Amino acid sequence: MITLLQQTTAPVAVETTSPEAGAVTITVPPGSSPPSVEAAIEGALPTVTMPMTTAPAPESAGGIPQIDFTTFGNQIFWLILTIVASWWVLSRVALPRIGGVLADRQNAISGDLGAAEEFKRKARDAESAYEKALAAARSEAQGIAAEQKAGVQAEIDAAIAHADAEIAARAAESERRIGEIRESSLDDARSVAREVTAELVRAFGGQPDEASVTAAVDRRLQAAS
Amino acid sequence: MATEGEATGLVFHPMDQFIVTPLFRTLGPGETVNWYEPTNVTLWMAFIVLAIIALMVWGTGGRGLIPNRVQSIAEMAYGMVHKMVDDVAGHEGVKFFPYIMTLFLFVLFANLLGLVPLGFTVTSHIAVTAVLALAVFVTVTGVGFARNGASFLKLFWISSAPLALRPVLAIIELISYFVRPVSHSIRLAGNLMAGHAVMKVFAGFAAVLWIAPVSILGVVAMYGFEILVAFIQAYVFTILTCVYLKDALHPHH
Repeated sequence: MITLLQQTTAPVAVETTSPEAGAVTITVPPGSSPPSVEAAIEGALPTVTMPMTTAPAPESAGGIPQIDFTTFGNQIFWLILTIVASWWVLSRVALPRIGGVLADRQNAISGDLGAAEEFKRKARDAESAYEKALAAARSEAQGIAAEQKAGVQAEIDAAIAHADAEIAARAAESERRIGEIRESSLDDARSVAREVTAELVRAFGGQPDEASVTAAVDRRLQAAS
Repeated sequence: MATEGEATGLVFHPMDQFIVTPLFRTLGPGETVNWYEPTNVTLWMAFIVLAIIALMVWGTGGRGLIPNRVQSIAEMAYGMVHKMVDDVAGHEGVKFFPYIMTLFLFVLFANLLGLVPLGFTVTSHIAVTAVLALAVFVTVTGVGFARNGASFLKLFWISSAPLALRPVLAIIELISYFVRPVSHSIRLAGNLMAGHAVMKVFAGFAAVLWIAPVSILGVVAMYGFEILVAFIQAYVFTILTCVYLKDALHPHH
Protein backbone atom coordinates (compact mmCIF):
# COMPACT_ATOMS: atom_id res chain seq x y z
CA MET A 1 0.00 0.00 0.00
CA ILE A 2 1.23 3.45 -0.90
CA THR A 3 -0.36 6.37 0.82
CA LEU A 4 0.67 9.92 0.03
CA LEU A 5 -0.79 12.23 2.55
CA GLN A 6 -0.80 15.85 1.66
CA GLN A 7 -1.13 17.65 4.96
CA THR A 8 -0.98 21.34 5.51
CA THR A 9 1.73 21.37 8.17
CA ALA A 10 5.22 22.84 7.97
CA PRO A 11 7.94 22.06 7.30
CA VAL A 12 8.10 19.72 4.34
CA ALA A 13 9.02 16.33 5.55
CA VAL A 14 9.11 12.95 3.98
CA GLU A 15 8.39 10.32 6.48
CA THR A 16 9.29 6.84 5.40
CA THR A 17 9.25 5.27 8.82
CA SER A 18 5.55 5.50 9.30
CA PRO A 19 4.22 3.74 12.36
CA GLU A 20 2.23 1.75 9.94
CA ALA A 21 4.45 -0.48 7.88
CA GLY A 22 4.24 0.00 4.17
CA ALA A 23 3.03 3.59 4.27
CA VAL A 24 4.84 6.61 2.88
CA THR A 25 3.71 9.94 4.24
CA ILE A 26 4.50 13.29 2.71
CA THR A 27 3.78 16.27 4.88
CA VAL A 28 3.57 19.80 3.61
CA PRO A 29 3.55 23.22 5.43
CA PRO A 30 0.18 24.56 6.57
CA GLY A 31 -1.52 27.30 4.67
CA SER A 32 0.77 26.86 1.75
CA SER A 33 -0.62 27.58 -1.64
CA PRO A 34 -1.23 24.73 -4.08
CA PRO A 35 1.97 25.37 -6.09
CA SER A 36 4.08 24.85 -3.01
CA VAL A 37 2.19 21.68 -2.23
CA GLU A 38 2.96 20.43 -5.67
CA ALA A 39 6.55 21.50 -5.29
CA ALA A 40 6.70 19.65 -2.02
CA ILE A 41 5.37 16.49 -3.62
CA GLU A 42 7.68 16.93 -6.57
CA GLY A 43 10.61 17.29 -4.25
CA ALA A 44 9.51 14.40 -2.19
CA LEU A 45 8.64 11.93 -4.93
CA PRO A 46 12.17 10.92 -6.02
CA THR A 47 12.93 9.90 -2.49
CA VAL A 48 9.78 7.89 -2.06
CA THR A 49 10.57 4.27 -1.52
CA MET A 50 7.94 1.67 -1.82
CA PRO A 51 8.21 -0.90 0.91
CA MET A 52 7.43 -4.31 -0.47
CA THR A 53 6.10 -5.72 2.73
CA THR A 54 2.40 -6.22 2.58
CA ALA A 55 0.89 -4.10 5.23
CA PRO A 56 -2.12 -5.12 7.23
CA ALA A 57 -4.30 -2.51 5.66
CA PRO A 58 -7.22 -0.82 7.38
CA GLU A 59 -10.79 -1.85 6.85
CA SER A 60 -11.32 0.33 3.79
CA ALA A 61 -8.46 -1.25 1.88
CA GLY A 62 -9.14 -4.69 3.26
CA GLY A 63 -5.65 -6.05 2.70
CA ILE A 64 -5.57 -8.22 -0.38
CA PRO A 65 -9.22 -9.07 -0.97
CA GLN A 66 -8.15 -12.16 -2.92
CA ILE A 67 -6.96 -13.87 0.25
CA ASP A 68 -9.90 -12.83 2.38
CA PHE A 69 -11.15 -16.35 2.94
CA THR A 70 -14.45 -15.18 4.41
CA THR A 71 -15.63 -14.35 0.88
CA PHE A 72 -14.58 -17.65 -0.68
CA GLY A 73 -17.80 -19.46 0.11
CA ASN A 74 -19.85 -16.73 -1.47
CA GLN A 75 -17.71 -16.55 -4.59
CA ILE A 76 -17.60 -20.31 -5.07
CA PHE A 77 -21.34 -20.64 -4.58
CA TRP A 78 -22.16 -18.02 -7.18
CA LEU A 79 -19.43 -19.27 -9.51
CA ILE A 80 -20.90 -22.77 -9.53
CA LEU A 81 -24.37 -21.38 -10.20
CA THR A 82 -23.00 -19.21 -13.02
CA ILE A 83 -21.01 -22.00 -14.62
CA VAL A 84 -23.92 -24.41 -14.46
CA ALA A 85 -26.28 -21.80 -15.92
CA SER A 86 -23.85 -20.92 -18.71
CA TRP A 87 -23.15 -24.56 -19.43
CA TRP A 88 -26.86 -25.34 -19.53
CA VAL A 89 -27.62 -22.48 -21.91
CA LEU A 90 -24.68 -23.28 -24.15
CA SER A 91 -25.07 -27.03 -24.32
CA ARG A 92 -28.87 -27.03 -24.62
CA VAL A 93 -29.54 -24.00 -26.79
CA ALA A 94 -26.61 -22.09 -28.20
CA LEU A 95 -24.11 -24.71 -29.30
CA PRO A 96 -26.58 -27.07 -31.03
CA ARG A 97 -28.06 -24.06 -32.78
CA ILE A 98 -24.72 -22.72 -34.00
CA GLY A 99 -23.56 -26.21 -34.93
CA GLY A 100 -26.78 -26.65 -36.90
CA VAL A 101 -26.35 -23.35 -38.68
CA LEU A 102 -22.77 -24.19 -39.58
CA ALA A 103 -23.79 -27.65 -40.84
CA ASP A 104 -26.64 -26.13 -42.86
CA ARG A 105 -24.26 -23.65 -44.39
CA GLN A 106 -21.80 -26.41 -45.21
CA ASN A 107 -24.58 -28.43 -46.81
CA ALA A 108 -25.83 -25.42 -48.73
CA ILE A 109 -22.36 -24.69 -50.01
CA SER A 110 -21.65 -28.27 -51.02
CA GLY A 111 -25.16 -28.49 -52.51
CA ASP A 112 -24.52 -25.37 -54.51
CA LEU A 113 -21.19 -26.72 -55.64
CA GLY A 114 -22.88 -29.96 -56.69
CA ALA A 115 -25.58 -28.04 -58.56
CA ALA A 116 -22.92 -25.96 -60.25
CA GLU A 117 -21.11 -29.15 -61.26
CA GLU A 118 -24.41 -30.52 -62.61
CA PHE A 119 -25.08 -27.34 -64.58
CA LYS A 120 -21.56 -27.43 -65.95
CA ARG A 121 -22.05 -31.02 -67.09
CA LYS A 122 -25.38 -30.10 -68.69
CA ALA A 123 -23.78 -27.17 -70.47
CA ARG A 124 -21.04 -29.44 -71.76
CA ASP A 125 -23.67 -31.96 -72.97
CA ALA A 126 -25.63 -29.22 -74.66
CA GLU A 127 -22.49 -27.96 -76.34
CA SER A 128 -21.57 -31.40 -77.66
CA ALA A 129 -25.16 -31.96 -78.85
CA TYR A 130 -25.04 -28.64 -80.62
CA GLU A 131 -21.73 -29.54 -82.23
CA LYS A 132 -23.18 -32.86 -83.35
CA ALA A 133 -26.31 -31.22 -84.77
CA LEU A 134 -24.18 -28.65 -86.52
CA ALA A 135 -22.00 -31.34 -88.12
CA ALA A 136 -25.08 -33.32 -89.19
CA ALA A 137 -26.70 -30.23 -90.69
CA ARG A 138 -23.50 -29.37 -92.50
CA SER A 139 -23.12 -32.83 -94.01
CA GLU A 140 -26.80 -32.83 -94.95
CA ALA A 141 -26.39 -29.45 -96.58
CA GLN A 142 -23.39 -30.72 -98.46
CA GLY A 143 -25.40 -33.77 -99.60
CA ILE A 144 -28.28 -31.60 -100.74
CA ALA A 145 -25.90 -29.26 -102.52
CA ALA A 146 -24.21 -32.15 -104.30
CA GLU A 147 -27.57 -33.63 -105.25
CA GLN A 148 -28.80 -30.31 -106.54
CA LYS A 149 -25.59 -29.85 -108.44
CA ALA A 150 -25.92 -33.26 -110.02
CA GLY A 151 -29.55 -32.57 -110.96
CA VAL A 152 -28.71 -29.22 -112.47
CA GLN A 153 -25.77 -30.78 -114.30
CA ALA A 154 -28.04 -33.40 -115.79
CA GLU A 155 -30.50 -30.76 -116.88
CA ILE A 156 -27.71 -28.70 -118.38
CA ASP A 157 -26.35 -31.72 -120.16
CA ALA A 158 -29.78 -32.57 -121.50
CA ALA A 159 -30.35 -28.99 -122.59
CA ILE A 160 -26.93 -28.88 -124.24
CA ALA A 161 -27.59 -32.16 -126.04
CA HIS A 162 -30.98 -30.92 -127.14
CA ALA A 163 -29.48 -27.65 -128.32
CA ASP A 164 -26.71 -29.54 -130.13
CA ALA A 165 -29.24 -31.74 -131.86
CA GLU A 166 -31.30 -28.75 -132.88
CA ILE A 167 -28.26 -26.92 -134.11
CA ALA A 168 -27.22 -29.99 -136.08
CA ALA A 169 -30.70 -30.29 -137.54
CA ARG A 170 -30.78 -26.65 -138.45
CA ALA A 171 -27.31 -26.82 -139.93
CA ALA A 172 -28.35 -29.80 -142.05
CA GLU A 173 -31.45 -27.96 -143.12
CA SER A 174 -29.43 -24.91 -144.05
CA GLU A 175 -26.94 -27.12 -145.88
CA ARG A 176 -29.72 -28.70 -147.76
CA ARG A 177 -31.28 -25.39 -148.64
CA ILE A 178 -27.95 -23.92 -149.67
CA GLY A 179 -27.51 -26.97 -151.88
CA GLU A 180 -30.96 -26.45 -153.33
CA ILE A 181 -30.32 -22.77 -153.89
CA ARG A 182 -26.97 -23.57 -155.49
CA GLU A 183 -28.63 -26.24 -157.64
CA SER A 184 -31.44 -23.96 -158.68
CA SER A 185 -29.09 -21.06 -159.37
CA LEU A 186 -26.96 -23.43 -161.50
CA ASP A 187 -30.05 -24.48 -163.38
CA ASP A 188 -31.09 -20.86 -163.80
CA ALA A 189 -27.64 -19.95 -165.05
CA ARG A 190 -27.72 -22.91 -167.43
CA SER A 191 -31.15 -21.98 -168.85
CA VAL A 192 -30.10 -18.35 -169.16
CA ALA A 193 -26.91 -19.45 -170.88
CA ARG A 194 -28.92 -21.72 -173.18
CA GLU A 195 -31.37 -18.95 -174.07
CA VAL A 196 -28.49 -16.48 -174.60
CA THR A 197 -26.70 -19.07 -176.77
CA ALA A 198 -29.90 -19.76 -178.74
CA GLU A 199 -30.48 -16.05 -179.26
CA LEU A 200 -26.80 -15.59 -180.28
CA VAL A 201 -27.10 -18.45 -182.77
CA ARG A 202 -30.37 -16.95 -184.09
CA ALA A 203 -28.76 -13.56 -184.32
CA PHE A 204 -26.00 -15.06 -186.41
CA GLY A 205 -28.70 -16.47 -188.61
CA GLY A 206 -28.49 -19.94 -187.64
CA GLN A 207 -31.22 -22.21 -186.54
CA PRO A 208 -30.49 -23.09 -182.96
CA ASP A 209 -30.69 -26.74 -182.25
CA GLU A 210 -31.78 -27.14 -178.70
CA ALA A 211 -29.85 -30.34 -178.09
CA SER A 212 -26.55 -29.04 -179.38
CA VAL A 213 -27.00 -25.72 -177.51
CA THR A 214 -27.58 -27.59 -174.31
CA ALA A 215 -24.57 -29.79 -174.90
CA ALA A 216 -22.37 -26.80 -175.69
CA VAL A 217 -23.48 -24.89 -172.59
CA ASP A 218 -22.99 -27.93 -170.34
CA ARG A 219 -19.53 -28.48 -171.89
CA ARG A 220 -18.56 -24.88 -171.19
CA LEU A 221 -19.98 -24.95 -167.63
CA GLN A 222 -18.17 -28.16 -167.00
CA ALA A 223 -14.96 -26.53 -168.11
CA ALA A 224 -15.69 -23.40 -165.98
CA SER A 225 -16.44 -25.18 -162.83
CA MET B 1 -3.54 5.92 6.68
CA ALA B 2 -4.40 6.59 10.22
CA THR B 3 -4.59 10.22 9.25
CA GLU B 4 -6.49 9.51 6.12
CA GLY B 5 -9.63 11.32 7.10
CA GLU B 6 -7.85 14.48 8.08
CA ALA B 7 -6.72 15.79 4.75
CA THR B 8 -7.68 15.80 1.12
CA GLY B 9 -4.77 13.65 0.09
CA LEU B 10 -3.54 11.40 -2.63
CA VAL B 11 -4.72 8.07 -1.38
CA PHE B 12 -4.17 4.93 -3.38
CA HIS B 13 -6.44 2.02 -2.83
CA PRO B 14 -5.58 -0.15 -5.82
CA MET B 15 -6.98 -3.26 -4.18
CA ASP B 16 -10.31 -1.83 -3.11
CA GLN B 17 -11.78 -2.71 -6.48
CA PHE B 18 -11.44 -6.40 -5.60
CA ILE B 19 -13.38 -6.25 -2.33
CA VAL B 20 -16.40 -8.51 -2.21
CA THR B 21 -19.34 -6.61 -0.73
CA PRO B 22 -22.97 -7.57 -0.24
CA LEU B 23 -25.38 -5.83 -2.57
CA PHE B 24 -28.16 -5.03 -0.13
CA ARG B 25 -26.45 -4.33 3.20
CA THR B 26 -23.32 -2.74 4.57
CA LEU B 27 -20.97 -4.94 6.51
CA GLY B 28 -20.47 -3.82 10.07
CA PRO B 29 -17.14 -4.28 11.82
CA GLY B 30 -16.33 -7.93 12.26
CA GLU B 31 -19.17 -9.04 10.00
CA THR B 32 -18.40 -11.28 7.08
CA VAL B 33 -20.10 -12.09 3.80
CA ASN B 34 -22.50 -15.02 3.97
CA TRP B 35 -22.02 -17.67 1.30
CA TYR B 36 -25.59 -17.43 0.00
CA GLU B 37 -26.14 -13.69 -0.15
CA PRO B 38 -26.01 -11.67 -3.35
CA THR B 39 -22.80 -9.70 -3.64
CA ASN B 40 -21.07 -7.74 -6.37
CA VAL B 41 -19.69 -11.11 -7.43
CA THR B 42 -23.27 -12.25 -8.02
CA LEU B 43 -24.07 -9.11 -9.98
CA TRP B 44 -21.11 -9.36 -12.32
CA MET B 45 -21.47 -13.09 -12.78
CA ALA B 46 -25.08 -12.42 -13.74
CA PHE B 47 -23.80 -9.93 -16.30
CA ILE B 48 -21.45 -12.62 -17.61
CA VAL B 49 -24.36 -15.05 -18.05
CA LEU B 50 -26.39 -12.31 -19.75
CA ALA B 51 -23.48 -11.48 -22.05
CA ILE B 52 -23.08 -15.15 -22.97
CA ILE B 53 -26.82 -15.42 -23.65
CA ALA B 54 -26.75 -12.19 -25.65
CA LEU B 55 -23.92 -13.36 -27.86
CA MET B 56 -24.65 -17.05 -28.22
CA VAL B 57 -28.46 -17.23 -28.01
CA TRP B 58 -29.91 -13.85 -28.88
CA GLY B 59 -27.17 -13.17 -31.45
CA THR B 60 -27.82 -16.41 -33.28
CA GLY B 61 -31.61 -16.11 -33.09
CA GLY B 62 -31.86 -15.49 -36.82
CA ARG B 63 -30.12 -18.79 -37.60
CA GLY B 64 -29.04 -16.99 -40.74
CA LEU B 65 -27.43 -18.92 -43.55
CA ILE B 66 -25.71 -15.62 -44.15
CA PRO B 67 -24.84 -14.50 -40.62
CA ASN B 68 -25.30 -10.99 -39.30
CA ARG B 69 -22.54 -9.33 -37.28
CA VAL B 70 -23.34 -10.77 -33.87
CA GLN B 71 -23.94 -14.21 -35.31
CA SER B 72 -20.59 -14.15 -37.08
CA ILE B 73 -18.86 -13.35 -33.79
CA ALA B 74 -20.71 -16.21 -32.09
CA GLU B 75 -19.79 -18.53 -34.97
CA MET B 76 -16.20 -17.33 -34.83
CA ALA B 77 -15.99 -18.12 -31.10
CA TYR B 78 -17.63 -21.50 -31.70
CA GLY B 79 -15.33 -22.28 -34.60
CA MET B 80 -12.21 -21.17 -32.77
CA VAL B 81 -12.86 -23.23 -29.64
CA HIS B 82 -14.17 -26.21 -31.60
CA LYS B 83 -11.07 -26.25 -33.78
CA MET B 84 -8.87 -25.85 -30.73
CA VAL B 85 -10.49 -28.83 -28.99
CA ASP B 86 -10.33 -30.90 -32.16
CA ASP B 87 -6.70 -30.02 -32.90
CA VAL B 88 -5.28 -30.18 -29.40
CA ALA B 89 -7.35 -32.76 -27.55
CA GLY B 90 -8.13 -34.90 -30.57
CA HIS B 91 -11.40 -36.05 -32.03
CA GLU B 92 -12.54 -37.78 -28.84
CA GLY B 93 -12.14 -34.48 -27.00
CA VAL B 94 -15.00 -32.95 -28.98
CA LYS B 95 -17.59 -34.34 -26.56
CA PHE B 96 -16.08 -32.07 -23.90
CA PHE B 97 -16.56 -29.12 -26.23
CA PRO B 98 -19.59 -27.59 -24.40
CA TYR B 99 -17.67 -27.67 -21.12
CA ILE B 100 -14.58 -26.03 -22.66
CA MET B 101 -16.72 -23.51 -24.51
CA THR B 102 -18.40 -22.60 -21.21
CA LEU B 103 -15.01 -22.07 -19.57
CA PHE B 104 -13.77 -19.99 -22.48
CA LEU B 105 -16.80 -17.73 -22.65
CA PHE B 106 -16.99 -17.37 -18.89
CA VAL B 107 -13.34 -16.35 -18.56
CA LEU B 108 -13.48 -14.12 -21.63
CA PHE B 109 -16.57 -12.23 -20.55
CA ALA B 110 -15.38 -12.03 -16.94
CA ASN B 111 -12.14 -10.46 -18.16
CA LEU B 112 -13.88 -8.08 -20.55
CA LEU B 113 -16.68 -7.04 -18.19
CA GLY B 114 -14.06 -6.43 -15.52
CA LEU B 115 -12.70 -3.70 -17.77
CA VAL B 116 -15.98 -1.82 -17.69
CA PRO B 117 -15.43 1.21 -15.44
CA LEU B 118 -16.69 0.50 -11.91
CA GLY B 119 -16.84 -3.14 -12.92
CA PHE B 120 -15.81 -6.07 -10.81
CA THR B 121 -13.41 -8.64 -12.20
CA VAL B 122 -14.45 -12.03 -10.88
CA THR B 123 -11.50 -13.76 -12.56
CA SER B 124 -9.08 -11.64 -10.55
CA HIS B 125 -10.04 -13.72 -7.52
CA ILE B 126 -8.08 -16.83 -6.82
CA ALA B 127 -11.22 -18.37 -5.31
CA VAL B 128 -12.89 -18.28 -8.72
CA THR B 129 -9.95 -19.32 -10.87
CA ALA B 130 -8.92 -22.03 -8.41
CA VAL B 131 -12.37 -23.59 -8.59
CA LEU B 132 -12.27 -23.46 -12.39
CA ALA B 133 -8.77 -24.93 -12.49
CA LEU B 134 -9.59 -27.60 -9.92
CA ALA B 135 -12.71 -28.54 -11.85
CA VAL B 136 -10.53 -29.02 -14.94
CA PHE B 137 -7.96 -30.95 -12.92
CA VAL B 138 -10.53 -33.26 -11.34
CA THR B 139 -12.33 -33.78 -14.65
CA VAL B 140 -9.12 -34.52 -16.51
CA THR B 141 -7.85 -36.90 -13.85
CA GLY B 142 -11.22 -38.63 -13.64
CA VAL B 143 -11.50 -38.97 -17.41
CA GLY B 144 -7.91 -40.22 -17.58
CA PHE B 145 -8.52 -43.01 -15.12
CA ALA B 146 -11.99 -43.83 -16.43
CA ARG B 147 -10.78 -44.20 -20.02
CA ASN B 148 -7.34 -45.69 -19.50
CA GLY B 149 -7.55 -47.35 -16.08
CA ALA B 150 -4.20 -47.85 -14.43
CA SER B 151 -2.41 -47.28 -17.71
CA PHE B 152 -3.17 -43.59 -17.24
CA LEU B 153 -0.20 -43.67 -14.85
CA LYS B 154 2.03 -44.26 -17.87
CA LEU B 155 1.69 -40.53 -18.34
CA PHE B 156 4.32 -40.28 -15.60
CA TRP B 157 6.45 -43.18 -16.78
CA ILE B 158 8.24 -41.88 -19.84
CA SER B 159 9.08 -45.01 -21.77
CA SER B 160 11.22 -43.16 -24.29
CA ALA B 161 13.68 -42.09 -21.57
CA PRO B 162 16.58 -44.30 -20.39
CA LEU B 163 15.43 -46.71 -17.72
CA ALA B 164 17.66 -45.23 -15.04
CA LEU B 165 16.18 -41.78 -15.54
CA ARG B 166 12.57 -42.87 -15.49
CA PRO B 167 11.99 -42.81 -11.72
CA VAL B 168 13.45 -39.31 -11.51
CA LEU B 169 11.37 -38.16 -14.44
CA ALA B 170 8.31 -39.79 -12.91
CA ILE B 171 8.73 -37.71 -9.76
CA ILE B 172 9.18 -34.55 -11.82
CA GLU B 173 6.18 -35.39 -13.96
CA LEU B 174 4.08 -36.14 -10.91
CA ILE B 175 4.99 -32.81 -9.30
CA SER B 176 4.35 -30.92 -12.51
CA TYR B 177 0.99 -32.68 -12.84
CA PHE B 178 -0.12 -31.53 -9.42
CA VAL B 179 1.25 -28.03 -9.94
CA ARG B 180 -0.95 -27.67 -13.01
CA PRO B 181 -4.11 -26.46 -11.24
CA VAL B 182 -2.02 -23.99 -9.24
CA SER B 183 -0.32 -22.45 -12.26
CA HIS B 184 -3.55 -22.70 -14.24
CA SER B 185 -5.46 -20.62 -11.69
CA ILE B 186 -2.75 -18.22 -10.50
CA ARG B 187 -1.77 -17.34 -14.07
CA LEU B 188 -5.27 -16.07 -14.77
CA ALA B 189 -6.01 -14.40 -11.42
CA GLY B 190 -2.53 -12.89 -11.16
CA ASN B 191 -2.63 -11.36 -14.64
CA LEU B 192 -6.02 -9.84 -14.11
CA MET B 193 -5.33 -8.61 -10.59
CA ALA B 194 -1.99 -7.06 -11.47
CA GLY B 195 -3.34 -5.33 -14.57
CA HIS B 196 -6.29 -3.82 -12.76
CA ALA B 197 -4.20 -2.77 -9.76
CA VAL B 198 -1.65 -1.07 -12.01
CA MET B 199 -4.42 0.80 -13.80
CA LYS B 200 -5.78 1.95 -10.47
CA VAL B 201 -2.38 3.22 -9.37
CA PHE B 202 -1.97 5.11 -12.64
CA ALA B 203 -5.45 6.56 -12.19
CA GLY B 204 -4.62 7.62 -8.64
CA PHE B 205 -1.72 9.71 -9.88
CA ALA B 206 -4.11 11.67 -12.08
CA ALA B 207 -5.02 13.72 -8.97
CA VAL B 208 -1.63 15.42 -9.16
CA LEU B 209 -1.73 18.19 -11.69
CA TRP B 210 1.70 17.95 -13.22
CA ILE B 211 1.68 14.19 -13.52
CA ALA B 212 -1.92 13.88 -14.72
CA PRO B 213 -1.26 13.83 -18.50
CA VAL B 214 1.30 11.05 -18.14
CA SER B 215 -1.03 9.24 -15.80
CA ILE B 216 -4.00 9.49 -18.14
CA LEU B 217 -1.93 8.34 -21.11
CA GLY B 218 -0.68 5.51 -18.96
CA VAL B 219 -4.21 4.50 -18.04
CA VAL B 220 -5.26 4.54 -21.70
CA ALA B 221 -2.26 2.46 -22.72
CA MET B 222 -2.81 0.03 -19.86
CA TYR B 223 -6.47 -0.25 -20.73
CA GLY B 224 -5.66 -1.23 -24.30
CA PHE B 225 -3.08 -3.67 -23.02
CA GLU B 226 -5.59 -5.13 -20.58
CA ILE B 227 -8.08 -5.77 -23.38
CA LEU B 228 -5.36 -7.77 -25.09
CA VAL B 229 -4.61 -9.57 -21.82
CA ALA B 230 -8.31 -10.34 -21.36
CA PHE B 231 -8.41 -12.20 -24.68
CA ILE B 232 -5.01 -13.83 -24.29
CA GLN B 233 -5.70 -15.12 -20.79
CA ALA B 234 -9.06 -16.55 -21.83
CA TYR B 235 -7.35 -18.22 -24.78
CA VAL B 236 -4.49 -19.53 -22.65
CA PHE B 237 -6.85 -20.90 -20.00
CA THR B 238 -8.86 -22.69 -22.68
CA ILE B 239 -5.93 -24.10 -24.63
CA LEU B 240 -4.30 -25.38 -21.43
CA THR B 241 -7.56 -27.11 -20.57
CA CYS B 242 -7.42 -28.76 -23.99
CA VAL B 243 -3.79 -29.78 -23.46
CA TYR B 244 -4.61 -31.36 -20.10
CA LEU B 245 -7.58 -33.11 -21.65
CA LYS B 246 -5.32 -34.49 -24.36
CA ASP B 247 -3.13 -36.05 -21.66
CA ALA B 248 -6.18 -37.70 -20.17
CA LEU B 249 -7.36 -39.05 -23.53
CA HIS B 250 -3.94 -40.04 -24.87
CA PRO B 251 -1.60 -40.55 -21.88
CA HIS B 252 0.99 -42.38 -23.99
CA HIS B 253 3.49 -39.83 -25.14
